[in-house]
Amino acid sequence: MNKDIKISVKNLYKVFGANVKQAMKMLDEGHEKTHIHEKTGATVGVQSASFDIRPGEIFVIMGLSGSGKSTMVRMLNRLIEPTSGQVLIDGEDITAMSDDELVKMRRKKMSMVFQSFALMPHLTVLQNAAFGLELDGADKKAREDRALEALDQVGLAPYAQSFPKELSGGMQQRVGLARGLAVDPDILLMDEAFSALDPLIRTEMQDELLKLQAKVKRTVVFISHDLDEAMRIGDRIAIMEGGSVVQVGTPEEILQNPADDYVRAFFRGVDPTNILTAGDIASDTQVTIIATDGKNPRAALQRLIKNDREYGYVIDTDHKYLGLVSADGLRAMIDRSDHELRLSDAYIKDVTAASAGASLQDILPEVATHSSPLPIIDENGKYLGAISKNLFLKTLHRNQPEDMPDTDQAEKEEV
Amino acid sequence: MNFFTFEEQLIPLDQWMQTFVNWLVINYRDFFQGIKVPIELSLQGLEWFFTTLPPLVVVLLFAVAAWRFAGKGVTIFTIVSFFLVGYLGLWHDTMITISMVISSVFFCALIGIPLGIMSGRSDRFQTYLRPCLDAMQTIPPFVYLVPVVMLFSIGTVSGILATIVFALPPIVRLTSLGIRQVHPELIEAALAFGATSGQVLRKVQVPLAMPSIMAGLNQTLMMALSMVVIAALIGAGGLGNPVVQGLNSLQIGLATIGGLAIVLLAMVLDRITQGMAKK
Repeated sequence: MNKDIKISVKNLYKVFGANVKQAMKMLDEGHEKTHIHEKTGATVGVQSASFDIRPGEIFVIMGLSGSGKSTMVRMLNRLIEPTSGQVLIDGEDITAMSDDELVKMRRKKMSMVFQSFALMPHLTVLQNAAFGLELDGADKKAREDRALEALDQVGLAPYAQSFPKELSGGMQQRVGLARGLAVDPDILLMDEAFSALDPLIRTEMQDELLKLQAKVKRTVVFISHDLDEAMRIGDRIAIMEGGSVVQVGTPEEILQNPADDYVRAFFRGVDPTNILTAGDIASDTQVTIIATDGKNPRAALQRLIKNDREYGYVIDTDHKYLGLVSADGLRAMIDRSDHELRLSDAYIKDVTAASAGASLQDILPEVATHSSPLPIIDENGKYLGAISKNLFLKTLHRNQPEDMPDTDQAEKEEV
Repeated sequence: MNFFTFEEQLIPLDQWMQTFVNWLVINYRDFFQGIKVPIELSLQGLEWFFTTLPPLVVVLLFAVAAWRFAGKGVTIFTIVSFFLVGYLGLWHDTMITISMVISSVFFCALIGIPLGIMSGRSDRFQTYLRPCLDAMQTIPPFVYLVPVVMLFSIGTVSGILATIVFALPPIVRLTSLGIRQVHPELIEAALAFGATSGQVLRKVQVPLAMPSIMAGLNQTLMMALSMVVIAALIGAGGLGNPVVQGLNSLQIGLATIGGLAIVLLAMVLDRITQGMAKK
């Protein structure tokens, strides 16, 4: 059992309707979904999906309606029976579980939050929050204590005795979240949990989720059709189209290397300067100069000339960034003085390195005002590379719709 | 024999039926008499209860029920109706009818709610059950009065049995409807939190189907009351008697007060049970 994998989906298929066997055979033979539907009447919900979800991450499964994402999440707790393939949770294949084992797994390991909230209208908020524990046979006192705690976490303890219909949509979904948290699950499945809420409340709930996640790391599988939401909360994103998983990766990876036109289209209109960080695009093609004791400005200048570069990035033997020198600056220094020259005297003063975590939006002014590429360092001060104006523009261009001029778009997004 | 003129009977279904019922009567009489026992017991208990209690206590009981479930207007109406029935000289018959109706409804619920739940949860079961319910609702009660009398002999219990056949369908249908109307996502949510099939039924489906089940109970009660006169034809006591007597001897007055008492009782019971359904 691999400790770094919480949920492993292996070659998962779901075919709805009659003639499942025939449909599966046609899928194997490589027929199109629509063709299979015409021939057999069966609908392919999910096909050959494989991915791993790591413990403690928020894994967003994103796709438009009909992409199979809701089917996918329901196969993770077998609310929908997979046609073939495996779902391993902590290394255990849930598709092979007996009904009893399945019930136990659902009670102990995972809970679910629904788009429509799915609260029991005949139960109070407290009873709703305690629902999972009640099913598990916890006694009244214990389950109500736990439920109240969970309600408190989402700020709804004062409403414990109200009925769901007396609450607003956002509050109802908090109850749904509390119900999910009360059983203290390893895994939280969230099926478009915030999609029915208005935008302001949605953002609030996303923050709430991130806050809860910061306290206790659960594995969250979040279904969404909203790219902004996926970008905002997802540690990693899986993109589904027509029942297939087309790409899995961090938001940055997908933004930078979309697997196909579908994914690219998805990301169209997304402002890359918000998502990409300096570290994502920094390139280490610039000339670096290692400042050992013996290095003098002349040697540095020689290296720049040889490489036909104007700027050099000075680092120590541990790769720690020290400063930036220019060929002009070095030349001037050598011409001017005759005493012992030190490389550090040639550092260009007004350029400070940006950290890898800074967003492109943050570093844009720096890149724009200096003629030198902006050096980027990681949290330990190590030199990662530099971002030139050229590189910055190229990054923007790659993620822009072709029919719009790059810079205009960037400005528009900023407003 | 000519197959296309339809001048003679070719299928003697009537004779078959006759033979079949005779055969049942001869061979299974004990079984059918056994079925009567629980009904007889509950009926006797209820009759004893309502006829030995002082009438004013009975009025008070119904008034309190009306007050609890249906409000002031219905309470006043209930008291006035019971006094009127009493002054009309029909108190005893009314008590017998109430006992009959309550035991009919009790057995209808006992049989009907489980049937309704099964039909609500299984499409196949519903497919088989539906024609039976249709038949029960459309066959004129007179058709099954004769076999009922043959198998169970005449009397109040036979009247109740006929009433059960007649009044059972609404509770079954409305229970089934109530179960089916529970939102699928609520059932999905319960399953996602690890509910067993029994827990889904007990904690989600039945509580949420309750208003519909109560409406079914109310309908069943109304239908049971409407069977009172027909049941009187096979010797059941109660408010059907004055009506049947009046009909037989052309005593218009007697039939009228019997009918009036049935209507008043129906309205009182309907308002009270509707109030219960809403709570």
